[in-house]
This record gives sequence, C-alpha cells and structure tokens, in this order.
Amino acid sequence: MESSRGQVTGGGTGGRPFSRRWFLGAGSASLFTAGLGTGLTACGSGGGAGGDGKTITAFVYGDDAVKVQQAGVDRFNKSAAAKKAGGTVKLQEVPGSDYSPKLRTAMGSPSAPDVFFNWGGGSIKPYEEAGKLVDLTDIIEGDPVLKSGFLPSVLASGDLGGRHYGIPMRGMQPVILFYNKAVFAEHKLQPPTTWDQLLDNNAKLKKARITPFALGGTDIWPDLMWLEYLVDRIGGPEVFKRIQDGDAEGWGDPAVLKAAELVKELIDDGAFGSKFTSVSYVNGGAPAVFARGKAAMHLMGSWEYSTQLGKFPDFAKKNLGWAAFPTVEGGTGDVRNVVGNPTNYWSINARTKNQDLAIGFLKDCASEAYAQALIDNGDVPTTSNAAALLSSAPNPEYAKFQYDMVEKAPAFTLSWDQALGDGLGTKMHTEIGKLFAGQSSPSEFVTACKGLK
Amino acid sequence: MTLTVDKRPTASARGSRAGRPHAAWALPGVLFFTFFAVVPMALALYLSFTSWDGLGDPRPVGLDNWKKLLDDPRMTQSLWLTVVLTVASWAFQTVVALLLGVWAAGRQRHRAVLSAIFFVPFLLSSTAIAILFYSLLDPNFGIIQKDTLGSQSGAFLAIVFVGGWQFIPFHTLIYQGGARQIPEVLYQAAAIDGAGRYRQFFSITLPQLRHTITTSTVLMVVGSLTYFETVLILTKGGPGTDTAILPYLMYEAGFKTYDFGYASAIASFLVIAATGLSLVLVRLTGFGTMRSTREGM
Repeated sequence: MESSRGQVTGGGTGGRPFSRRWFLGAGSASLFTAGLGTGLTACGSGGGAGGDGKTITAFVYGDDAVKVQQAGVDRFNKSAAAKKAGGTVKLQEVPGSDYSPKLRTAMGSPSAPDVFFNWGGGSIKPYEEAGKLVDLTDIIEGDPVLKSGFLPSVLASGDLGGRHYGIPMRGMQPVILFYNKAVFAEHKLQPPTTWDQLLDNNAKLKKARITPFALGGTDIWPDLMWLEYLVDRIGGPEVFKRIQDGDAEGWGDPAVLKAAELVKELIDDGAFGSKFTSVSYVNGGAPAVFARGKAAMHLMGSWEYSTQLGKFPDFAKKNLGWAAFPTVEGGTGDVRNVVGNPTNYWSINARTKNQDLAIGFLKDCASEAYAQALIDNGDVPTTSNAAALLSSAPNPEYAKFQYDMVEKAPAFTLSWDQALGDGLGTKMHTEIGKLFAGQSSPSEFVTACKGLK
Repeated sequence: MTLTVDKRPTASARGSRAGRPHAAWALPGVLFFTFFAVVPMALALYLSFTSWDGLGDPRPVGLDNWKKLLDDPRMTQSLWLTVVLTVASWAFQTVVALLLGVWAAGRQRHRAVLSAIFFVPFLLSSTAIAILFYSLLDPNFGIIQKDTLGSQSGAFLAIVFVGGWQFIPFHTLIYQGGARQIPEVLYQAAAIDGAGRYRQFFSITLPQLRHTITTSTVLMVVGSLTYFETVLILTKGGPGTDTAILPYLMYEAGFKTYDFGYASAIASFLVIAATGLSLVLVRLTGFGTMRSTREGM
C-alpha cells in the first residue's frame, strides 16, 4: 500500500514486476490490436468505451487511496446527476506498477476505459496526439463548479498547450526533505536551509557513522528528485520548462551540469551510503533505513508520511520532521519553488458514449465530501475549499505545511519523468541510473540527455 | 474381395510407418501453435517494420528499426551481456546438473528422496523465486548485507546463481534419466578391465550422455536468451544498464518507452538468433543425424 503510493511519483515506473502471464497477455493483445487495427473497438464487449453508454468505466491507479475514489463513485451513482445522465460509473482498479502499460494497451483495444487516472502533462500527450482525449477547457470555463473548484495552478499543471484535459482527483504530492528529529537532536543539528549547511550536516553525520540520506536508488525516480530540486534551485524552473517544451538543447543549460556535479559530489562523499544502488523505495528498504535511524534524512514525496505511519507509526508520530529543500549558493531559483506531482487527474476518452455522465462524475471531485474523504485519508486536496478542511487532517500540522508549501510556491515543477511522458521519461531514467551508479560522468550525463529523443 | 482391399494398407502400415499415429492427431497442437506462436510471431515481424506507440495505427517505416538495431550502443551492450549470461549460465548449470544427475541415477532409496527435494525449486514460479532472492539480498535487511545487486559483478553473479538455482533441478532430471539409460554391462565390462570410477565417468558416462548434453544445452541456451523475470525483479537491468540483457531491453522498448516497432525488431532478432543457435548446436554435435549412442554395441 504505501509502497505503491511511492510509485505515484515514479509514474508507475519501477516497482513490482509484471507477471509472465500479464506480459504475454498484454503482448498478444497489443499484437492483435496491431494486426486488426482499431476497427474492433466499435463492436467491443460492454463496460468499456465501446459499451452501452449506461455504465461507464473508470481506470484508477490501484493503491491505498482508491477507497476515496470508490466512495466518490458510490456517492455519484446514487446522485441526481447520475439519474439525469442516465447511467452509472464502474471503477476498475489497476495494480499500480502495471498502470501505465495496462492503460496504454487498453486504450487501443475494445475494453478502453471511458475515464482514466493520469499524471497530466506528458503522461497524456500521446493520447492527446492520437485524438483520444476530450478537451475540457470550454467545459471547465462554462461550469461554475469546475471553474472555481480547484487551485488554478494545480489545474494548469496538467495542461497540454494551454488546454485542460484533466480534473484534479487526488492529493498534492510535493517532494519534501524529511528528517529524523531524534538523530538531529542527538547530534545537535538543524534542518539545512543552504547547501553549505547540508554539507556541514553531512560531515557531522558521517563522523557519527550515520548515512546522511536514505535513497532508494534501485527505483531511479528517487534519484530524479535530487536533480529536479537542484536544477530548480540553481537555474530556476525555466531550465526544465525549456526541456519539457521539447528543446533537448535545454539539457545543456549550466544548471543541469552543476546539479549533476553536486549529485556526484554527494555520491562520492558517501552522502547516500555505499549501497544505495541496491536499495529500493518501493519494497520499503529506504523508508526502513530512515525510520531506524541508519540514515538521518530522506528526500521524498509527501506520501512518505503515510508510508512511515503505516510501517513505523511511532517514528512517524514522534520523530518525523519535514523541511523545504535548501537553497544553493549562487542559484537563481526561489527557495519556495516546489517539485513533485501537483496531483493526479481524471481524463475522458474521446470515444465515450456518455460524455455527460463522465463530466457529471468528474464534478464530484470538486465537492466538499470528496475533499473531506481525501483529508481523512491523509492527503491534502487541491480543491479551493481545502484550506478550511486541514484542521481535521490526521496530522493538521503536516497537512498545513504541505498546503502552504504548494499554495505559496511561485512554481510547481511536475516530476520530470511525468512531464516528459513515458518514452522520453524512461530513457532519461536510464541516464540518471548510469549517473548515480557511476557509469557516466556529469558531463557525459548532459551529453547523453541532449541526445534523447 | 473387399476384405483383401481393406487389408492392404494395414499390411503396408506394418512397414516403415508401423505404429505411428495419423497426422490428424497433430491437429490440435498445430492449431494451437499457429494461433499462439506463429501468428503473433508474424505480427511481431510485421510490427518491426513499423513505428507504433500502442495508440492509433502502426506507421510503416521500412528498415528503420532494424538499422537502429545495428547502431544502438545499448543493443551492442545487451547482446554482449546476453552472450556472457548464456555462457556463464550454461557452464554453471551443466556442471552441477550433470554431476547431480549422474549421482541421482543411482538406486539407493535416500537418493530418490533427495532427488525429489532437489526438484522443488523448479516447481516454484520464476517471479516467486526472484522476489525471494531479492529479499535475501537486501543490502540492509537481507542475509547477505552487501551491495550485491548494486555492482555489475554482484548483480550478474546473482542472476546466474538464481537462474541456476531454479533450472538446475530440471536439467538434473534430464541427466538422471539419461544416465539411467546407460547399459549396466558397460560398467561391468569396464570394471573387469580395471577402470576406476573417474575413468568410468569420463569414458562411459560422459560419451553415453552426449545426446542428453545436447538436449539440455539447447534448452539452456534458448532459455537464457529469453531470461526475463529474474532480471526484471532483481536488478531492473541495473545498476545503470549493467544487466540489461536483450529480453529486458525488448521489454523496456515495448512496455516502458512504448516503441513497439523497435521492441518487435528486438523480439524478431531474438527468435532468429535462438533458432539459428539451436540449429547450429544440433548440427555441430551430430544430434540431428539421430545416431544411437548404442551403435556398435
């Protein structure tokens, strides 16, 4: 449960494996789709976009937060809006690690979902290009509930070319610098606010034989978080924005090289210990190292809190501290900038037979009941009414920290792998993996990234 | 009259085709193979000449994917890693399975029990085995608290070892069967001639097992070429790209970067390579001529 949550930011990359049966099934399904073309879609069996239109299907990333979506579906199916649109919604839970490939295979098949969970931005770009998404811009503009229901920056983060294709449906997931309060107190340390302080802390921790940072290097996406924040702090959000907009030369920005060099220094200095390339976040390795005080800090998405609450409740309640990522001397990025996933979105398949029903369902995500369910689950909603609900969160202090962090952020950079989409994102992961494993130097990393297409 | 006509084919059937079943018996197998192997393979071959991201229709791109296959440095690295993995797995598995198989071909009762226990790993799914070893090798909480999977040599050895742990029982079984077929009189004759146990092993057992070795080798080589789950679970091709063998590269191209055209080219290449390799092996060892090991006896 918490491990699969970790993958929310990893974009479904890494994580638990596909079974052989799944692999073969998906492989042959896609091959058949290829051979037979998309003509089959129209006469597919019920449930999918080719269904009767009375029941529409929603694919959702299967993890602990699904209960919030399930409650939303149940509430909507009983509502007047559902009766008016003449149908119901059926939620289909897809195991987290299989989510992206399963969605991709299904979208080209007769059993395509009508509504589906995604990460916005690059993660839905291929679907937009293939004409499979409903452009929601005018619908949102014309609907008071949707128009004023969400934080505008979050709504915009999932955009493609300035058009909305998704409705926010989960909590915000900023990347936060977590620290172990007990270890910090014992060694008289403060959470670092500058890079020099961070290095200073590292030196003291290493002297005490404590690994400064836990890092799940096997999964690669925890490595990525370091680069995301460093590039932002050194060069500002514009550096990655340029890359995201399709200019591969953007990798040549000095901020990227500098960030890679700082990472390399940390690695060589032992800031992540000597075994991080075989430690995983997904299987609970890195969180355990952190909770047991073997590592003092952990740069991780906001779900780290619920991960620790699940696995090490005492640690989460007593000794888990959180702070913003420090500034880097000489850098131009605002210390208030945030990286991570603004949230997740629902998008609508253009092929759906009951668009009114789908839109009615999406509106439920702006309701107070939905936001309260997210709060109760330990998430911080991205709805405009969220601030008023924070005090009822399991840990109001933490919820408020997160909410303020996102609300006050001048820029919220979407996780690079999600922003670039699966194709480029995976290739970038490979290069990051090589950099962290010491197989390529910072300058080789930059050169390799410039060549990605 | 009719009776004699009816008898004729029966009589001729007693000749060369005696006791062989009618071709129709093969029909279910042939159909199954056609739908689930030949058709998908043909489709994959077709896809390898297209560019397809899994959405919309595949777009023909001619030989682009195959040219990329030749130029891609990752492909070169993968091919090399696959060759090394295949050779290392073959050496490890053959030596252990051959010795175990010959030992297990003995007739004492405790051997039967032990043989049954040895066979257990083969009954477990590859995924379960890989997850088990992944936990055992965890650098912080496993039984070997070393950075095993974080270094190339460590990760590689782990893959070879886990693969061996899983498949040695199967090959042991093959060798056990092969060794039990060796006529006892050969050993009796050798013993009379004063040959010791080692001499008997190298002069009788090993030559008599040569077809078994070929069979087992072909299975191992083809198996290594399609070795996938263990790599996916244990290392995900890492650290970096250090253990990204061909099937993993194919999976990554297909199901992570959604470049199904290129993935199909890699898949087709694997089919061609595996078929070619097994043909070469069979030819080189003289297995194809079906000469009996009992010739001249």
